[in-house]
Amino acid sequence: MADLSCKIAGISSPNPFWLASAPPTDKRYNVERAFEAGWGGVVWKTLGEDGPPIVNVSSRYGSVDFNGQRMMGFNNIELITDRPLQINLDEITAVKKAWPDRALVVSLMVPCTEQAWKDILKKVEQTGCDGVELNFGCPHGMSERGMGAAVGQVPEYIQEVTEWCKVHTDLPVFVKLTPNISDIRRPARAAFDGGADAVSLINTINSIVSIDLDIMAPTPTVAGKGVHGGYCGPAVKPIALSMVSEIARDPHTRNLPISGIGGIGDWRDAAEYISLGCGSVQVCTAAMRYGFRIIDDMVDGLNNWMDEKGYATLEDFRGAAIPNVTDWQYLDLNYKTIAAIDQETCIECGLCHITCEDTSHQAISASKDENGKRTYTVIDEECVGCNLCYLVCPVPKCISMNEVDNGLPYLNWTEHPNNPMK
Amino acid sequence: MSIDIRCARLDPEEISRNYSELHTPLTELQAIQESARCLFCHDAPCTEACPTDIDIPGFIRKIASGNVKGAANTILSENIMGNTCGNVCPVEELCEQVCVKKTAEEKPVVIGQLQRYATDHVLENWIQLFQRAPQSGKKAAVVGGGPAGLSCAHRLAMLGHEVTLYESRDKPGGLNEYGLAAYKMLDDRAAREIAYILDIGGINIMTGKTLGKDFELAELRRDYDAVFIGLGHNAVNALGLENEAVDGAHNAVDFIELIRQEDLSTLPVGRQVIIIGGGNTAIDMAVQIKKLGAESVTMVYRRGLDEMGATEYEQQVAQTNGVLIRTHAKPHRILTLDDQLNAVEFEYTQNDADGRLTGSGEKFVLPADQLFKAIGQALDATPLDGEETPEISHGRIKVDESQHTSLPDVWAGGDCTAGKDLTVTAVQDGKIAATSMNEYLNHG
Ligand SMILES: Cc1cc2nc3c(=O)[nH]c(=O)nc-3n(C[C@H](O)[C@H](O)[C@H](O)COP(=O)(O)OP(=O)(O)OC[C@H]3O[C@@H](n4cnc5c(N)ncnc54)[C@H](O)[C@@H]3O)c2cc1C
Ligand SMILES: Cc1cc2nc3c(=O)[nH]c(=O)nc-3n(C[C@H](O)[C@H](O)[C@H](O)COP(=O)(O)O)c2cc1C
Repeated sequence: MADLSCKIAGISSPNPFWLASAPPTDKRYNVERAFEAGWGGVVWKTLGEDGPPIVNVSSRYGSVDFNGQRMMGFNNIELITDRPLQINLDEITAVKKAWPDRALVVSLMVPCTEQAWKDILKKVEQTGCDGVELNFGCPHGMSERGMGAAVGQVPEYIQEVTEWCKVHTDLPVFVKLTPNISDIRRPARAAFDGGADAVSLINTINSIVSIDLDIMAPTPTVAGKGVHGGYCGPAVKPIALSMVSEIARDPHTRNLPISGIGGIGDWRDAAEYISLGCGSVQVCTAAMRYGFRIIDDMVDGLNNWMDEKGYATLEDFRGAAIPNVTDWQYLDLNYKTIAAIDQETCIECGLCHITCEDTSHQAISASKDENGKRTYTVIDEECVGCNLCYLVCPVPKCISMNEVDNGLPYLNWTEHPNNPMK
Repeated sequence: MSIDIRCARLDPEEISRNYSELHTPLTELQAIQESARCLFCHDAPCTEACPTDIDIPGFIRKIASGNVKGAANTILSENIMGNTCGNVCPVEELCEQVCVKKTAEEKPVVIGQLQRYATDHVLENWIQLFQRAPQSGKKAAVVGGGPAGLSCAHRLAMLGHEVTLYESRDKPGGLNEYGLAAYKMLDDRAAREIAYILDIGGINIMTGKTLGKDFELAELRRDYDAVFIGLGHNAVNALGLENEAVDGAHNAVDFIELIRQEDLSTLPVGRQVIIIGGGNTAIDMAVQIKKLGAESVTMVYRRGLDEMGATEYEQQVAQTNGVLIRTHAKPHRILTLDDQLNAVEFEYTQNDADGRLTGSGEKFVLPADQLFKAIGQALDATPLDGEETPEISHGRIKVDESQHTSLPDVWAGGDCTAGKDLTVTAVQDGKIAATSMNEYLNHG
């Protein structure tokens, strides 16, 4: 049995699986149910400053369904917590007391003044929580009030607010980054320079998930109108992984702890984030899709996989994939693979042929014998090793991409004769 | 007409083709797609319908995530014979019957086959998932090496107790080895599962030892701290006709045992065959004799199709294999020729005014070279005889909800106690008994 215990920015939890700041962590009732189910930690639903509570709309979520599967992408137009501050603080205090071994981080979003941050931090510190997460990511509703993504898109603000927080609290400070920006390294560096103990990413992506063509309005629709919302769920994982890798590789932020978020639904997704350097991972959509019990397989599956690979602790593979993420110009241009089709398992659907024929390199021939048996064959000389046939093939392991030993040495673009800038 | 009984009516290759598996194992692709169909229901009806309480959506989600070992663990922790059950459970009236996908799409998730996919993984790769707790120093005896006895023994061994299992035959397994249809339990499937169960250690098997003959219940109670009885059915019901033992007439269970143990082309097979009964055993007998090359196989049941013990799915399996099912008729007389079975005379049945089944007086004759009796099995309690015997009620050993008998240190389960006579219920009985016995062994 592997040891799944996790430590990030000085905060320990029995496993790396935390619930992200969102409806699942909105109140004591949910959070305690999550802890009972086995979650390692939570980031409490974002708190705002004291005052009249937030007002939410009715009809809040939209979904991208794919091939009959629900919620491959999910979006929302909700705001931060709409419950009174004191109730949240009291519940956080009670939960931390009852569950001392779990990580309990509190997400915060207040106006961009030092006093506002100082005030909220003093209150939150009283709860006994393990840390705070600064929410600079919400793409809708809060930006309109000069908070959330409006701050997250300006690195100078991020740095300044982070500095204020580091002055006014001793708690570990996580900065949650918005992906609605062209270069994620800039806000991450700003957080680092401001003294952040860790960054969390990603928050949701600006999105319109669909247009209702009967009423000609985006979904979710509020009295005939819609707005862009925040996109998350399985569809966003690739974007988040890329952003995580950039921060992990950036010399400036290389040692900055990362809590990975975005489309995590099972143990394998989590392992991928950890392999790119994440200390903990956070989950929202998958829990909202199925309930907290998904934690069972997350813990069990990660454990079994680690045992199989011989990893005793998370540290044994954390960041292991980072050295293999590089820049395009350093890829070996002499490396060559070509596709091979296993005729035994081929079910004769022809997708490899038609996609290659129409959209790639005309490298798969098609023939039919007198009995109507179809045969698809790779033309080795034409195959460029693009993977398209391998990706469209519906049968696992029927098409394989095999390395060709061409005897050529490693050669990258910086050294290539065709590079005019060489 | 002359009597026609022969061995090897079909050539061996055809027989072995006929005896290939009812369900071929799922491929990886099928398992991925089928597990993706599962909705991961909350408070899932399938789990509620499973006699062993397996967290079905939980294990299917693990298959979907690629955690097949974890899936097997979820299954086997509740049902150590989960592999056999994946093959032989009447899923059409248990988990798959209530699958919400059946409601939504008229096609349930193939839970039984997914269960087999996951458990095959640990059996084929011999991944031992269970360990014994520290030794308790307590000793338990288990009588009967069928699903009930083996399940009880495994759980007791896991909980740290030392188990001796007495089995009268020379192989353990009970009906897993001697009864279940051959095309559901191909090759050494039963033996492989038992080897995996015994691999946990702490279970000493004594074969060829029969309770009531080689030893008495009183001795076990003297020598062990607790006793479990899983004798199964050790007697068959008779038709109550003259000549019942005539040449050509068999008890179905005896013949099925031969099918499971012998070379199939050495078995005597009639040209015209009659099966009497309407349950599992009757169906299995009919299908298997047909697969051996019997020309016409007629199953005769005294009530209607709806009242049959066999499920609708099993009836269909029989029918697609060419078995003719006749209802509302009961055997009246066995007709012989030169002391050999030659035909059976039946009487039509009807319900009288009080709803009781009676003969209508009208009769018909079906020619038969072979007759198989499958009208139910029973418990013969004489092996339990002695000064103190567990209470018997309605022909079965009486137990409470912990499978505890009327004797303080004796538990029982499986077919020798009341309830559905299925592999899966026998496993559950053994598991529940072991939990209760553990309580008793640890706290007196
Ligand atoms: C032909 C047939 C087909 C079936 N098909 C299915 C099916 O497809 N699916 C399904 O779920 N169920 C099926 N069943 C039912 C299922 O096999 C039984 O319910 C199950 O095996 C009962 O388990 P058990 O351990 O109680 O008894 P058994 O499996 O009968 O095991 C009892 C064991 O006790 C031993 N024993 C008996 N007397 C003594 C003694 N005096 N001393 C020592 N040992 C003794 C026996 O040799 C045997 O090994 C079928 C049954 C039959 C007969
Ligand atoms: C309904 C909803 C509300 C959310 N509210 C917050 C919030 O208050 N604060 C915050 O930092 N992130 C919020 N998020 C973003 C999530 O914490 C998370 O970053 C994002 O959903 C990506 O993770 P996922 O793909 O696992 O859902 C919210 C997400 C959803 C779906």
